[in-house]
Amino acid sequence: MERNLFDEEHDAFRATVRQFMAKEVVPHMPEWEAAGMAPRELFKKTAQIGINGLQVPEEFGGAGVDSFLFNTIVFEEIGYAAASLGGLQVHLNTVLPYFLEYANDEQKARWFPGFADGDLVASIAMTEPGTGSDLAGMTTTAVRDGDDYILNGAKTFITGGINADLVIVVARTGRDGEDRRKGLSLLVVESGMEGFVRGRNLDKLGLKSSDTAELLFDHVRVPARNVLGTEGGAFALLTSNLAQERLSIAITAQATATAALNLAIDYVRQRKVFGRRVADFQNTKFVLADCATELEAAQALVDRAVTGLDAGTLTPADAAKVKLFATETQARVVDRCLQLHGGYGYMREYPISRLYADARVTRIFGGTSEVMKSVISKSLAL
Amino acid sequence: MKTLRIVVCVKYVPDATCDRRFADDLTVDRDDLDGLLSELDEYAVEQALQIKEAVDDAEVTVVTVGPEDALGALSKALSMGGDKAVHVEDDDLHGSDVLGTSSVLARAIEHTGYDLVLCGMASTDGGMGVLPSILAERLGVPQLTQLSELTVKDGVVTARRDGDLASEQLRASLPAVVSVTDRSGEARYPSFKGIMAAKKKPVETLDLSDLGIAADEVGLAAAWTKVDEAAQRPPRTVGTILADDGSGGRQLADFLAGRRLV
Repeated sequence: MERNLFDEEHDAFRATVRQFMAKEVVPHMPEWEAAGMAPRELFKKTAQIGINGLQVPEEFGGAGVDSFLFNTIVFEEIGYAAASLGGLQVHLNTVLPYFLEYANDEQKARWFPGFADGDLVASIAMTEPGTGSDLAGMTTTAVRDGDDYILNGAKTFITGGINADLVIVVARTGRDGEDRRKGLSLLVVESGMEGFVRGRNLDKLGLKSSDTAELLFDHVRVPARNVLGTEGGAFALLTSNLAQERLSIAITAQATATAALNLAIDYVRQRKVFGRRVADFQNTKFVLADCATELEAAQALVDRAVTGLDAGTLTPADAAKVKLFATETQARVVDRCLQLHGGYGYMREYPISRLYADARVTRIFGGTSEVMKSVISKSLAL
Repeated sequence: MKTLRIVVCVKYVPDATCDRRFADDLTVDRDDLDGLLSELDEYAVEQALQIKEAVDDAEVTVVTVGPEDALGALSKALSMGGDKAVHVEDDDLHGSDVLGTSSVLARAIEHTGYDLVLCGMASTDGGMGVLPSILAERLGVPQLTQLSELTVKDGVVTARRDGDLASEQLRASLPAVVSVTDRSGEARYPSFKGIMAAKKKPVETLDLSDLGIAADEVGLAAAWTKVDEAAQRPPRTVGTILADDGSGGRQLADFLAGRRLV
């Protein structure tokens, strides 16, 4: 069905991003997958076409766009190209909003020009070896010492953590009686700070062109002027952007599943078995018709959520429903599209195998499907 | 007035990845076809922008002759960084050949005012590659074609043309017409800001009467070439499959030799 979110400028920007992906990303995917990450220079190139600065205010060299539609286009085109650039996605859709919302004027002047021109890419470190969605249980500490904090702890599963120039670290700066949610703060750790060690680039099942790091903080001295937002108030900050973060995962899930359908359509039209094209078997037609129908439904949901985000009406429960539905749809669609590839679909030289491996985590990161259901059931007063 | 007025000729062509068909009059059926700025023209736009950036006081005008949709080619060139655009659009232009199109372009360029006219080496659809030369003749100015490198300084364009056997260093005084190849340097992507800025840039729309051209001088009827017949390319057939029974190499060599390929 025709989508009605976009106007001519969106279409023109999409054409630019599509051309960029085809020339600058797709040919390099095998090499970046082998290396475990896309090169840092790529994010300078994406900045040149204006991707990095979309939402950065104009006074700092960005475009000052409030709407999420242009971000949507960027991540759809990455997905349609069957690529993944996790560090960029997390920087733009998850991390940048914290800076935009909570940076003070001095911090804006210090960091925003770098965000706009691609000199700075940021990541966020929440998860610890012992804590995932239970944010309030984290054990990384930051203890005030004069004008600084002394940061100690370990973080893991940090998307973009190897390439990032800045990392927002969630750490406990105090305790306030029984309320575990109080006393968490956001500290911006910079590359090169003494005691900040990047551990392994973790070997994942999929998303191999995105770096995912373990980060260690051993008595890192972080100046107090690097605290983002109010000290002790991080829990509220961290939950304030979850809707956009989850919607962006849904957008990518939808786009990569669409890419899987297109790959399957191309494949079954060419591949012959028993003297006929795979496309000529009724099973193939029915499977792909089902996939197309499910994707149409998921797209309608995603598009409505994007409109809702722009209008400020998208609730956390809404976003949870969209993420749950889109990622579960992605899993079914990609699996069936791989099946139609037969044995070749299991070979990593076929992009469908990459999409299959990449898809598995979307039901886990940004909150698991089970967490999404908990969020939704709360909205049902259960 | 800017001291260096650069005019870039661009063409809106059918997307080569789409299924293309012929209309009843044997011209390309453009209904339901996506179009885009001819990729080879992007190199010309890029060189124009580089020259502009180098000389400071220059202005880049992009010109196209084509139907309403051809505005898409102008928009892209403007979003890459062109300053203004001229769109010649007239129903009577339908079916014009290179002679017709070049005469319209020449008038449009004279109307705009120019010091340097930049073209791509050929269109990606028609692929004639002669338009820059014809245009130079019509304008009565020097032509430097198929360039891989050019610079403009003090009213002189200096350039290099790389042939199979030699590289030529060429020079012409302005005004002049030049064409550049795909080796002249990768074209930039339109940036987000470029796209938003392009909306506000002026596009002048002209028809044949604005340029003092009679309808019977252009169009399909006035074309010097006539297409008598056109057929859809037949679907690709399965090639010859050689089974390797130990003599695969010999069979392959025989196959190639039989077609005088080795």
